[in-house]
Amino acid sequence: MPQEAAPALHVRGVSKSFPTPEGGEVHALDNVSLSVADGSFMVLLGPSGCGKTTLLRCIAGLESPDAGEILLRGERIDGIPVWKRRVNTVFQSYALFPHMTVAQNIAFGLQMDKLPKEEVTHKVQAALSLVRLSDLGARRPNQLSGGQQQRVALARALAKQPEVLLLDEPLSALDLKLRRGMQLELKRLQQETHITFILVTHDQDEAMSMGDEVAVFDSGRIVQVGPPREVYLRPRTRFVADFIGEANILDISVAAGTASAAGIGPIPMDMWSGDAPPLTDAQHFAAVRPEDVTVSPDASGRFTVLDATFIGGDLHAVVDLGTHTLTSRQPAADAAGMCSGDRCEVSFRPGSLRVVEA
Amino acid sequence: MAQSTRVRGAKPGQGSWWAGLPGIAYLVLLVLAPLVVILIYSFLSRAKLGVGVKWEFTLQPYVDLFYSESLSGARSFDPTYVQIFLNSVIYSLITAVVCLIMAIPIALWIATRSPRWRMLLVFLVTIPFWTSLLIRTYAFVIILNDNGPINEALQGLGIVSAPISMLYTPFATIVGLVYSFLPFMILPIYASAERFDFRLAEAAYDLGATKLTVLRRIVLPAVRPGIIAGFILVFIPALGSFLAPELLGGGKTSMIANVIAAQFGASRNWPFGAALSVMVLVIVMLALVVFVAVARRTARRGSGQSMESLL
Repeated sequence: MPQEAAPALHVRGVSKSFPTPEGGEVHALDNVSLSVADGSFMVLLGPSGCGKTTLLRCIAGLESPDAGEILLRGERIDGIPVWKRRVNTVFQSYALFPHMTVAQNIAFGLQMDKLPKEEVTHKVQAALSLVRLSDLGARRPNQLSGGQQQRVALARALAKQPEVLLLDEPLSALDLKLRRGMQLELKRLQQETHITFILVTHDQDEAMSMGDEVAVFDSGRIVQVGPPREVYLRPRTRFVADFIGEANILDISVAAGTASAAGIGPIPMDMWSGDAPPLTDAQHFAAVRPEDVTVSPDASGRFTVLDATFIGGDLHAVVDLGTHTLTSRQPAADAAGMCSGDRCEVSFRPGSLRVVEA
Repeated sequence: MAQSTRVRGAKPGQGSWWAGLPGIAYLVLLVLAPLVVILIYSFLSRAKLGVGVKWEFTLQPYVDLFYSESLSGARSFDPTYVQIFLNSVIYSLITAVVCLIMAIPIALWIATRSPRWRMLLVFLVTIPFWTSLLIRTYAFVIILNDNGPINEALQGLGIVSAPISMLYTPFATIVGLVYSFLPFMILPIYASAERFDFRLAEAAYDLGATKLTVLRRIVLPAVRPGIIAGFILVFIPALGSFLAPELLGGGKTSMIANVIAAQFGASRNWPFGAALSVMVLVIVMLALVVFVAVARRTARRGSGQSMESLL
């Protein structure tokens, strides 16, 4: 299991601020710590501007952190210049050198290591065949498609056999179909090369399908780290619940030992997930996935259906709770014929509600 | 009336040929015509009083470029004019190279500023164009003078005991030429550098390149079109420049333009002046062919390393 191996990379208390044009400061990274297991695939996930790319650039050496330390295999690297770090980056823009051929692009990094000529040639060939572009070594980057350029950028970074490969939103410029293919390709490359991958993305599907572990960023902090399934099933904060998959967030108040959701009423104890944190008398938020919500037509029900859409065999319903809405996703057969304006009742799958931090 | 009518006239963005007429007329009248006149005059005989030409075909002006006749009529090779041409080419090359070495760091520095600063700095580069070159060259007479500020400062600081003669030397000529033409090198290199994607430099650092390697193998090849344009824009006008060698070189280090001016003036030999001018034209064309050939060759070789061989 990758979790038990020694960490390839360790980030400890890293902070980084940037001045804003208005004269203020943005805390791009706020005391971020992260440990990445050797040979694992770590995904840094978060909305744009959350600091994930800044962390990647700090690891690469393209930014220097204001505070904290970065260790590569136990040795500090935050003080050494970018060109001496055994870490390579696949850039979002690919950043292929336009005046060099594909083979020269890949050879560039190897020449920097002062490798003998034959070894460079050999490694360039190996890298090209790794990304299945063996025939295109003599082409210029502008003669390649977006997907091919992406592979060249990968080959160029992988040829250096870095301790850690950093990928900055590598698939965001590709169209959907290519992106799916490249996700599998990246996973394959990572497993074949046993190199530690750290990938930045704002696409939760990408994070879920590729990562051994996902670190979720929210405004300069890492709010949760864990295997994708774990993060999905046990979101720690309201932000994580909402960002990863869909979630209904309910306002919970506790009075005399009974928890009530705003707009719904008392929630029976067996609705709560067993491993959720205990409820206290304070104000809480609870998350529940749409697939754990059932909306049933009921002429004397307390709620109104705002919208009912049949997508494939599923019914997606939106129910008015007064101050906010509740979304459900359930087999269409349960509620055939339901349409907006109908009265209804809602219920939750037992054990599906989780208390989350604000 | 319901029929659709075809819209006549040019498509948007398509130019009309007649809009170019004033420009074409200008080129023919003011550029081509004088060249034709010069070319014809260079094959005619010298007029009696030296002003104008005598309409009689001769190759004498071209013979005079290389040979002189002694009083007895014996013809022998005379390197005077070849030497002047050679001097002019060497001065112009030195000027272009010095401008290049100075312009690259300036252009790259400007290109890496924020857009607001860039505008201001480019504007500052063009400030010398605000006054006439004649006045600015005279200013250098004052600056480089034996009693000028440079010599005063050097003596005041005790670095030299007697003034260094700088004025009326080849050094002064080249200082004047570099000063006159530096903006023509900075601007095209800046134009190339401004379009350079500095993320490529980051990628090169990431792949293990040091600053010098990034400059040599990534940045310079990218600004190569600007360097070639700048080199041509400096070398060619420098070759034909008149003011700097006249005022700063003091005639001692004459360049070809000064000799040509003398033929049309004091020496009163218009055909010979025309022949010298034709030679300048030939040298410029040869130089252009060489530049283009070198540029093509380095472009084909592609990867990095091209800069050393370009210059």
